[in-house]
Amino acid sequence: MIENLIIYFLIPFIKIGAIVLILSGAIAYLTLLERKLIAHIQVRLGPMRVGWHGLLQPIADGLKFVLKEDIVPSKADALIFTLAPMISLIPAFVVFSVVPFGPPGMFEGLLRGILSRFLESASVERIVSNPIASGGFVTDINIAVLFVLSVSSVGILGVILGGWASNSKYPLLGALRSSAQMVSYEVAMGFAIISVLLYAGSLSLVEIVQQQQAGGWWYFFIQPVAFFLLLVCGMAETNRLPFDLPEAETELVGGFHTEYSGFRFSLFFLAEYANMITVSALAVTLFWGGWLPPFPNVPWLGFLGIIPPVAWFLIKVFLILYLFIWVRGTLPRFRFDQLMNYGWKVFLPIALGHVILYAAILAI
Amino acid sequence: MELIFFYILAGILVTFSILTVTAPNPIRSAVYLISALLSMAGLFFLLEAEFVGAVQVLVYVGGIMVLFLFVIMLVNVREMETQRRASRHWKTAVVLGVVLSSELIFLVVRGADIFSTEGIGSNLIVEAQTRNTESVGSLLYSTYLLPFEIASILLLVAMVGAVVLTMKEK
Repeated sequence: MIENLIIYFLIPFIKIGAIVLILSGAIAYLTLLERKLIAHIQVRLGPMRVGWHGLLQPIADGLKFVLKEDIVPSKADALIFTLAPMISLIPAFVVFSVVPFGPPGMFEGLLRGILSRFLESASVERIVSNPIASGGFVTDINIAVLFVLSVSSVGILGVILGGWASNSKYPLLGALRSSAQMVSYEVAMGFAIISVLLYAGSLSLVEIVQQQQAGGWWYFFIQPVAFFLLLVCGMAETNRLPFDLPEAETELVGGFHTEYSGFRFSLFFLAEYANMITVSALAVTLFWGGWLPPFPNVPWLGFLGIIPPVAWFLIKVFLILYLFIWVRGTLPRFRFDQLMNYGWKVFLPIALGHVILYAAILAI
Repeated sequence: MELIFFYILAGILVTFSILTVTAPNPIRSAVYLISALLSMAGLFFLLEAEFVGAVQVLVYVGGIMVLFLFVIMLVNVREMETQRRASRHWKTAVVLGVVLSSELIFLVVRGADIFSTEGIGSNLIVEAQTRNTESVGSLLYSTYLLPFEIASILLLVAMVGAVVLTMKEK
């Protein structure tokens, strides 16, 4: 009884708490990274005042968000106006419950060390041998990829409802744009992921990484086109430049969150950056081998194993986030008709053809 | 444990389904319907049909409800709130309601005798050995190949039809 409580309640709660805390911190510092990088690309200094080179800026921003007045427009639908930011944020965090940060059995030693002080050795072994307890992930389900896709599609609803509930024309237009964009690019993204699934033969993210380990090659080297598709569609899904039409300042003031202020605005903001991290984590897991070092089976590269698996995962996620920000600082924004054309007439056919091609190769 | 979760989810499902029909504001209706669909997905997860549950969320909440909201948002909602709904079709509604609820009552009372459950059990045991997604896939492409293909062609026809309807004359 006590073992099951520890396996299915205590340890997952601790992991979830840790992930929520770390993720919130990561999002805060991601905004600083973005501001600094964009500033340096544009030959500026960026935030410099709060802390050394602006290192405390995210904390100051967070405080400001919480302390600002919370305004609900008088003609807005108050209930949906309040719900929308939460609908946006919660799926963004829920997705991380299936993302593998480290290999199964990562916490074995740690758990054994702590639990052996309180429990007898037989039950300690039972707990430690359970993958949910000792793995570097909250849970490993055999439909993880579908779970990620379906939960993140719920997040779109927050954007739509928020834009509508504001009862104002710019948010409504922004919401229409962003939902059209997200729905269109989700299709191509799904197909990009399917070609990986064909190769791995599994929907579990942990197993996909293990397959890459067994094969010795990251899927990036086998399917670079699918990786590119996932990356581009990911940028479109998260409303990042060059696809940030939903909040195109020059046309739409601020997009779907124009009427939001203070804490509620910060929830939308958090959700956007959390989604960025999700897409990066998904791309790393599917294409860059998750927690694996580069070329895991080449003997003379074995020294790379001294860097722990979680560090590899985080380094790769950081690299992709860096790429996202870099792209933002480099490319101009698309026009809306161009965006839709690219989505339906370029990316979707490429993704479909790619899936058919790889299915044919695998069948032969 | 399972029973507790079932009653919680079923309670949410029934509550939100009733709210969906009674809410005066169509956007609120849509939000209630989304909640009902999500708790339905929860019921699927409880039955260990995780593939169906995930697809339920992906297709209904992520696809169909987004399109619903899309359409409703462009309609003047405040005006609709004050109108009486379904005033013209109440006779049809009564007939349909009576037929459907008598069907439901009949199934609850006599259903177990009419439909044999023998075949289902043995299938389930076979499916439990492979994983959910694989068994759905292999069944779709073997036993149910013909219905599956018919459904795909129907969808294709609907898609082409929608494109033709919205196409402007040049």
